Amino acid sequence: MSDMTPKPNLSPGVQTQGGIGSAPVPAIEHGEHLHQDDHDHEHHDQHWLWKYVFSQDHKQIGKQFLITGILWAVIGGTLSSLFRLQLGWPEGTMEWLKPVLGGWIQAGKLNPEFYLALVTMHGTIMVFFVLTAGLSGTFSNFLIPLQVGARDMASGFMNMLSYWFFFVSSVIMFSSLFIETGPAAAGWTIYPPLSALPQAIPGSGAGMTLWLVSMVFFIVSQLLGGVNYVTTVINLRTRGMSMSKLPLTIWAFFLTAILGILSFPVLFSAALLLVFDRSFGTSFFLSDIYIAGQALSNQGGSPVLFQHLFWFLGHPEVYIVIMPAMGMVSEVLATNARKPIFGYRAMIGSLIGISMLSFVVWAHHMFVTGMNPFLGSVFMFLTLIIAVPSGVKVFNWLATLWRGNIRFTAAMLYAIGFVSLFISGGLTGIILGNATLDIQMHNTYFVVAHFHLVMGSSAFFGLFAGVYHWFPKMFGRMMDEKLGYIHFWLTFAGVYLVFMPMHYVGIAGFPRRYYAWTGFDAFSQFADMNKFISIAAIIVFLGQFIFLFNFFYSIFRGRRATQNPWNSTTLEWTTPIEPGHGNWPGAIPAVYRWPYDYSKPGSDVDFIPQHIPYSQTQSSNLPYEQELAD
Amino acid sequence: MTALTILLVLVLLLVVFGLLFRLQIFTSIFSGTFTRDVGMSNSVNAILMLVFLVGGGGWFAYSFVENFNKMNPPIASVHGYQMERMFWITMAVIGVAFAITQTLLFVYSYKYQHKEGRRAYFFAHNNKIEVIWTIIPAIVMAALIFAGWKAWTRITGPAPKDSVVVEVMGKQFNWLVRYPGRDMKLGVVNYRMIDAVNEWGFDLSDKSALDDFTTNEVHVPKGVPVLIKIRSRDVLHAVYMPHFRVQMYAVPGMPTRFWFTPTVTTDEMRAKLGNPKFNYELACNQVCGGSHFAMKATVIVDEPDDYQNWYAAQQSFSQKNPEVMAALKQKAKTMVTPVAAATEKKEAAPAPLAASY
Repeated sequence: MSDMTPKPNLSPGVQTQGGIGSAPVPAIEHGEHLHQDDHDHEHHDQHWLWKYVFSQDHKQIGKQFLITGILWAVIGGTLSSLFRLQLGWPEGTMEWLKPVLGGWIQAGKLNPEFYLALVTMHGTIMVFFVLTAGLSGTFSNFLIPLQVGARDMASGFMNMLSYWFFFVSSVIMFSSLFIETGPAAAGWTIYPPLSALPQAIPGSGAGMTLWLVSMVFFIVSQLLGGVNYVTTVINLRTRGMSMSKLPLTIWAFFLTAILGILSFPVLFSAALLLVFDRSFGTSFFLSDIYIAGQALSNQGGSPVLFQHLFWFLGHPEVYIVIMPAMGMVSEVLATNARKPIFGYRAMIGSLIGISMLSFVVWAHHMFVTGMNPFLGSVFMFLTLIIAVPSGVKVFNWLATLWRGNIRFTAAMLYAIGFVSLFISGGLTGIILGNATLDIQMHNTYFVVAHFHLVMGSSAFFGLFAGVYHWFPKMFGRMMDEKLGYIHFWLTFAGVYLVFMPMHYVGIAGFPRRYYAWTGFDAFSQFADMNKFISIAAIIVFLGQFIFLFNFFYSIFRGRRATQNPWNSTTLEWTTPIEPGHGNWPGAIPAVYRWPYDYSKPGSDVDFIPQHIPYSQTQSSNLPYEQELAD
Repeated sequence: MTALTILLVLVLLLVVFGLLFRLQIFTSIFSGTFTRDVGMSNSVNAILMLVFLVGGGGWFAYSFVENFNKMNPPIASVHGYQMERMFWITMAVIGVAFAITQTLLFVYSYKYQHKEGRRAYFFAHNNKIEVIWTIIPAIVMAALIFAGWKAWTRITGPAPKDSVVVEVMGKQFNWLVRYPGRDMKLGVVNYRMIDAVNEWGFDLSDKSALDDFTTNEVHVPKGVPVLIKIRSRDVLHAVYMPHFRVQMYAVPGMPTRFWFTPTVTTDEMRAKLGNPKFNYELACNQVCGGSHFAMKATVIVDEPDDYQNWYAAQQSFSQKNPEVMAALKQKAKTMVTPVAAATEKKEAAPAPLAASY
C-alpha cells in the first residue's frame, strides 16, 4: 500500500498570499511527525497508473467520481430526450432513430416496452449514478479531508475500492443497455411482481438481473465510501476543528453518509430477496399469480413488503441526494454574499432533524397501495413535519442574502437557483404528503414535477454550484464565468418551463410512465402542453453541452487560479493551488474559529480564514473571542 | 441525408461558437475585465434576477390561469368535492409561501448586489427569529395535517352497509369486472382455476359463485355508496378513476378496496360538458408492462332504477358457460382442496396487511 503513496508536494512559495492569509500557519507537531514517517522511505515518481487510475488520493478519487457522474448524466439526459420525443409527438415517426435504436423502433414507432426501459434507466441513472455517486461521491471525497484538515481519508484503500466498485457497477448497468431483451423496465422502483417475472415484460429478464447485480456493487461502493466519510469526519479533524466549527458542507456530507450506511443495506436486502424470488423459487414478494397462461406456484408473498423495504432506502435516498447540495449551497451563499450563514446552529439542527425524520416517512409513497389506512395517517403526520426543518433552512438562506454584498459568480447563481427550485418543488410536497390529496395525485405528473424540482433539478443545481465553486481547487484553473452565466440562465429558465407545466398535467390526473395519453379522453387535452414540455426539455439538455465544453476546456486551457479565488474562509483554500498528496506541504493548519467570519466588524478584510487565531484579530474579536485570545 | 445536413450544421455551429468564445476571452484580456474581481456582469446578473422574478412570475401566472379549466377534471363523487376543496386551500397556502419566499429571494439578490465600498451586515444568528419561523410553519402544518387526517379517516373508513359491491381484477392488459349476482355475495375465485374462458378463476363448487356475473364495463348507481373490491391476477396494477377521485392498487395475493358515492350520471355529465361522447374512465396507474398506457375500462354511472334493470338483465357466468361449469366441477374435485379452503378463508378475513375496514 505504501508504495502507492507519493511524496508530498513540498514546493514553497505557493503557501500564502497577501493580507491576513499571510499569517504564519501554526504547525501541528504530531501530524507532521506522522506524515514524515510515512513518506521518508520513498522518493520515486509515481507510475501514472497509480496516480490517475488506481489512485488512493481522495482528490483524484473525487475527480474520478465527477467525470464518471458527468458521463452518466449525459446518458441519462439522452434517454430523457428520447422519451420526451415520444411524449411530445406520439403520432410522429421515429424511423430516423432506427440506426441507433435498431429493433426498438418498429414501423417508425418506439416500442412501448422500450419506452418503459428508457424511463426506468433514466431514473436509475440519475438518482443513483449521477446524484448519489456523482454528487455526494465527488464532493464528499474531495472536500471532507480538505475542509476538516486531514491528509487524506481514513482509509485511502477503501476509498479507492469505493470508486472501483462504482465503476464496475457502472459497467454492468451500461452493458444492460445493449442486451437483446433490453434493460430493466419495471420503473426505477422495480416493484415486483413486474420486476420478478420475465413473462411480464422482457426487461425483467437479463436486464433486471444486470440491474440487480449492478446495484449490489453500487451499494458496496456506497458503504465503503460512507464508512470512510464518517470515520474521517469523526477522527481526522485537525486541531481546533470541533464539530461546532465544521463548515456546513461537512455536516451535510457527514449526515448523508450516516443515512447511506443505515439505509442502503435495506435496499441490499430487498435486492437479495428479489434475486431469490427470481432465481431460486422463493415467494417473498409473489403470491397468487397467473401469467402467460400459467398459474405460478408462489404463495404467501407480499408485493407491498418489497415496497416497504425499497422505500426504507428510497426515501432517505432523496435526502442523500439533496443534503450534500444543501451543504454546498450554504457554503457558496455565505462566501459570495460575504456574510456569515444565518443561524449556523439552526442549519445543523435542521439537517439533523431532516435526517432523522427521513427514516420515518417512507410509507408516504404507499398511501394507496392497500396499506392499512391507520399507517397512512401516521406517515402523513410524520411526512408533513419535514416541512418545518426544510422551511427553517430556506428562511436561513434568505436571511443570509439579506443585507449581504453579493457577488454573482456562476456558483452563486446556481446556489440561488437551488433555493428557488427547492422552494418550488418542496412546497408541492405538502400536497403529496397529505394522504387524502395523494389519493388523486399519486403516480401522476404532479409527482413527477414535484420530485424533479425538489430533488432532481435542485440537486443538479447544487452539483453545478459545487463544480463552479471548487473547480479552481480541483484543477488549478478557473472555469469561464460568462459561459457559466449563459449556462445558468438557460438551465434555470428551462427547468421551470419544463416542470411547471407538468404540475398542470398532473392536476388533471395524467399518469406517469404512460407511453401515450391518446387512449384516454380524460388525459388527452394536454397535447400542446406536452409538446411544449418536450421542446423545453430538449433545449435544456442541449444547453448542458455549454457546461461540458466549459468544464473540459477549462481543465486544460482555463485561466490559472489563484490560491483563494473566492476569498473564502475554509481550510481547503490554505492548500497550494494544486495540492499534492497529503494536501498541505508543511504542517496541517490548526483551526481557531468558525468557518463564516465574513465581513466581521472591526476587521480590515472582509473574511477571516478559520486558521487565523484570535490573537491576530484583536480589532474584530467579539468579547468571548477576546477571552480565547488572551 | 437530412441527418447528415443537421450534423454538419451542428458541427459548424460548434466551430463558430468556439471561435466566438476565444474572441470574447481575448477582448476581455485587452479590456482588463478578465482579471477584475467584480465587474459589469455582476449588475447584469442582478438585473436578470429581477427580470426573472417579474417575467417568470408573469408567465407562470398567465399559463396557470390559461390552463386552469383544463387541469380540473370534473368531479363526480361525494368525497371528490371535499378533496377538491382541500386541494385548492392547500394550494392557496403554499401559493402564499411560494410568492413570499421567491419574491424575497430575487429581490434580495438584486438589492444586495455587490457595491464598491459597502460591507455586508455581520448578522450571524437570532434565536427569536428562528423560533418564529419554526413555530408558524409548524402551526400551519398542524392545521393541514388535522384536516387531511379527518378526511382520510372518513374516506378510507368502513363502507356503509348498504353499499353496492363490484369487484375489478387487473390483468395484463385489461380490467375484468364482476358483480355478486342476486345473492349479493361474491363467490370464491382461485387463481389456479384461471384459463382462457374462466378468466376470473371461478370456483363453481362455491354456491355463491354460481350467480356471479362478469361484464366489460363498470356500472354503478348514482347516489348510492359503491364498494369497489380490487384484485390483481399477475402484477401490480392500480385502479385510478380521476373523476371520482379514487385510486387504489391492485395487488396479487392481497385484495384491496375503496368506496365512494357517485354523484353525477354519465348522461348528466355528457349534458353538462356538452360532450356526447364523454365517458368516465378507469385507468391503470401502476406500471404493469408494455401496454400499461392502454389498460382502461369504461365506468358508467346510471340512475338507480336503470342500474337495477341493467343488473337484473345480466346473465351469470355459470349460465353463460354451462360446458365450462361442468368441466370446472370435474376439475374442482381433483384440485387440492386445502388451496380452495385457504382462498375461502382469505375472502372472509382479509390478510392483515390489507386495508381492513
